[in-house]
Amino acid sequence: MSGDLYWKSAVELAAMVRDKQISARELTQLHLARIAVLDGQLGAYLLVDEAGALGQADVVDQAIARGEDAGPMGGVPVALKDLFCTRGLATTAGSKILEGWVPPYDGTAVARLRQAGAIVLGKLNMDEFAMGSSNENAPYRPCRNPWDLERVPGGSSGGSAVAVAAGLAATSLGTDTGGSIRQPASLCGVSGLRPTYGRVSRYGVVAFASSLDQVGPFGRTVEDIALTLEVIGGHDPHDSTSIPSAVPRYRDGLTEGVAGLRLGIPDEYFIDGMDPEVEATVRAAIDELRRAGAEVKRISLPHTKYAVGCYYLVATAEAASNLARYDGVRYGLRVEGKNLAEMYAETRGHGFGPEVKRRIMLGTYVLRSGYYDAYYKKAQKVRALIRQDFTNAFKEVDAVVTPASPTAAFKIGEKVADPLSMYLADIFTISCNLAGLPGLVVPAGFTRARLPIGLQILGPPLGEPTLLRVGAAYQWLTDWHVQHPGGVA
Amino acid sequence: MTWEVVIGLECHVQLGTLSKLFSPSPTEFGGAPNSHTDPPVLGLPGALPVLNERAIDLAVTLGLAVGATIRRRSRFARKHYFYPDLPKGYQISQYDEPLCEGGQIAGVRLTRIHVEEDAGKNLHHAGSPISLVDLNRAGVPLVEVVSEPDIRSAEEAAEYMRTLRQLVRWLGISDGNMEEGSLRCDANVSLRRVGEAAYGTRAELKNINSFKFVQKAIEFEIARQAAILDAGGKVVQETRLWDAERGSSHAMRSKEQAHDYRYFPDPDLPPLVVGEARIAELQRGLPELPSAMRERFVRQHGLFEADARGLTDERALALYFDAAVRAHGDGKKIANWVQSELLRELHRDGRTIDECPVAPERLAELVRLIDDGTISGKIAKEVFAKMYASGDSARVIVEREGLLQVTDSAAIEAACRAAVAANPKQAQQFRAGKAAMMGFFVGQVMKATGGKANPQLVNELLQRVLEEP
Repeated sequence: MSGDLYWKSAVELAAMVRDKQISARELTQLHLARIAVLDGQLGAYLLVDEAGALGQADVVDQAIARGEDAGPMGGVPVALKDLFCTRGLATTAGSKILEGWVPPYDGTAVARLRQAGAIVLGKLNMDEFAMGSSNENAPYRPCRNPWDLERVPGGSSGGSAVAVAAGLAATSLGTDTGGSIRQPASLCGVSGLRPTYGRVSRYGVVAFASSLDQVGPFGRTVEDIALTLEVIGGHDPHDSTSIPSAVPRYRDGLTEGVAGLRLGIPDEYFIDGMDPEVEATVRAAIDELRRAGAEVKRISLPHTKYAVGCYYLVATAEAASNLARYDGVRYGLRVEGKNLAEMYAETRGHGFGPEVKRRIMLGTYVLRSGYYDAYYKKAQKVRALIRQDFTNAFKEVDAVVTPASPTAAFKIGEKVADPLSMYLADIFTISCNLAGLPGLVVPAGFTRARLPIGLQILGPPLGEPTLLRVGAAYQWLTDWHVQHPGGVA
Repeated sequence: MTWEVVIGLECHVQLGTLSKLFSPSPTEFGGAPNSHTDPPVLGLPGALPVLNERAIDLAVTLGLAVGATIRRRSRFARKHYFYPDLPKGYQISQYDEPLCEGGQIAGVRLTRIHVEEDAGKNLHHAGSPISLVDLNRAGVPLVEVVSEPDIRSAEEAAEYMRTLRQLVRWLGISDGNMEEGSLRCDANVSLRRVGEAAYGTRAELKNINSFKFVQKAIEFEIARQAAILDAGGKVVQETRLWDAERGSSHAMRSKEQAHDYRYFPDPDLPPLVVGEARIAELQRGLPELPSAMRERFVRQHGLFEADARGLTDERALALYFDAAVRAHGDGKKIANWVQSELLRELHRDGRTIDECPVAPERLAELVRLIDDGTISGKIAKEVFAKMYASGDSARVIVEREGLLQVTDSAAIEAACRAAVAANPKQAQQFRAGKAAMMGFFVGQVMKATGGKANPQLVNELLQRVLEEP
């Protein structure tokens, strides 16, 4: 039984705890034990909070013993990308510059999970400051794909995808700025959602690119994604970019099926030189949906080719700005110097990894006086055009279906020497961030080498219900999502 | 060579809100270091700004009062530089879309007024290798008021500052205290030949922390630049710090001045939209402004300009005066009482006009008692002192202490005769031509009547009695 336990969904586990089939404490202990056995080779966790988790589990068990409601996620083991501020629990953002920093507050999404009874097992590995697509910008420990330990899990929320893929948590939270939830979900064979910009509060999430960052869940089922989004989503007065709209019950409507839905397939996302296995898998998935009653049409998103360039102007500018605060004065690493300037240089020089430095330099350059109009401002205009492409498309279709990544998981070290090729790996996910739209990835098949391939579904603003409906229908029709990596059964 | 001086002033005014501009921490002055902080103030990872709308109300109020155009849609921008008192490594300010544009203060045109957050404070102890950072002030709301370079003398600059200070206090948006830093001033000063259209190279003066120094620092700078130019040299564009102790300024190291602030719109904050209804309400809520009230006092109450100025220095005083005149009717008489007796008493025990124990209507009543002869002017001063001390009304005090003026001619005449009879020598001197003796006899009659005799009658009757052979 306990072997199956690690693959059960959050919805199932919450019901088991509620029905007293298992205590929250036992469920937590089983997961902690599994992490102790498996995570050494996987590197999903940067920090395991055994005492805290067991303490939270006891609170849930006591509530249930009193006959009280322990919350919609009562007893469910979850884990958080180390980008989320957790009160009393070290938060590094995957960087040496925050080594040992303990936040005095919980971010809003974290607080809402806790309030819903979820058990936070620990903090998850990631690319430093969420900058990366492979989790290789990770100074603390490497993170490996459970389907093939020689390969990357994707990034930047690598640890969040691995934890769910390897049964080390039921659901996890990540962030997605250019595809950092969707791409690792695709590479690790799990489901991942990037919500509409502003749907989930960014308060307490270490900022990378303020106009692009969004918090989202990983899960093994679309239903778990829906449950987690219900819990974490909604307006937050602490976040001025948070949307005031009410949070619907996302779990409703998951069984509606796709009959009558119009799905758009953009020409620009099926390019020459695309990995043939990825293309075949995604096209097969689309056929599956067509057979289930969806109407499939070709659309065009003509400004797609500008998306990566546009992103790397906007995101780096905002990142350079957001990372200015890491100066050794108030928190985190400080390397003393002869004077102030030296302290700044030594602290930031030692504390930041090469990719972070690269992006800070790019971003600083982009914002230089005299260049603002040519770069940042121009990129924002291109962004509006990309957004307009989608607005036009959503007049014709209800959702857009695409691959999530041009390739399956690549080997560790393969792209590290070529940052630009790493950047181009974001080609399918990045437009969605620029347009502020929601995107869901669900497992859609495997390569011959048994590496996962995901299907991406994009929707209009606040179109999560449609995405979840399509994803749930697909998971009803297929069993890709219940397959688990062999090495970690 | 006669040089024309061109001055522009950039002032920062701390807004008197309870909370900071982008977080709920208190703006209260003082407190243990770093006690008025929270994640946004400290610039902690993951913190986000949330606008305090009241600060915008105060800023718009100032904009309306100076006749500026209020932008219905403006933006916050990040201004980047590294310094320990700037927690985020950027200041949230406004750049190319400020809240207010145009307007004027003391006849000087304004370029703009924008909203921004204050930085914290660095404390350097002489001789110590350590600097301490206190972030209590970080995040406090400021408006930056930028004038056009219309000012042409150090006096004019000081007058501008005084007017600005009076205005922000008048509107209740700031306590405008230069010594405490709630009103700060940087001056841009340059010289050019009289009649020349182009501006000369300017120097920026900082660290001017009192009105006195506004004028002094600018005068020093004018002299410094004139000396350079007269000798055929060139003025260097630089920032200079005023040193109050030395009475001079010195240049900051130029490395510290090369700033590319890399402004861009803050993506954490939506555009600042100020609606018509809100502007209309703030406009309605504007009090009568100091200059308008001053003009009205001259026009309606017949005051001299100087007196009107003094009475409109503080709004509370102006309102007091206005109320007292409304209750009484004669501006000059009331002005006299307010400026002499009232202010002296308040000053003596360090009270503000708001703490004045004599209500304006009560003051008016006192003056009416003099008007109708119930008491003499001299007695009135005693009565006023008792009103101030006890809080009782004039009428009550006069009745209680029997201070009614004596106007009975017969009684006064009797007192006069008695005084003359008792002092034959002085009477002789008066009759011999020593007119000053009148004062002596008036004094005697006043003493005899407990000060209550009507002075005019005393004079008349003494005159008559003394003229009798």
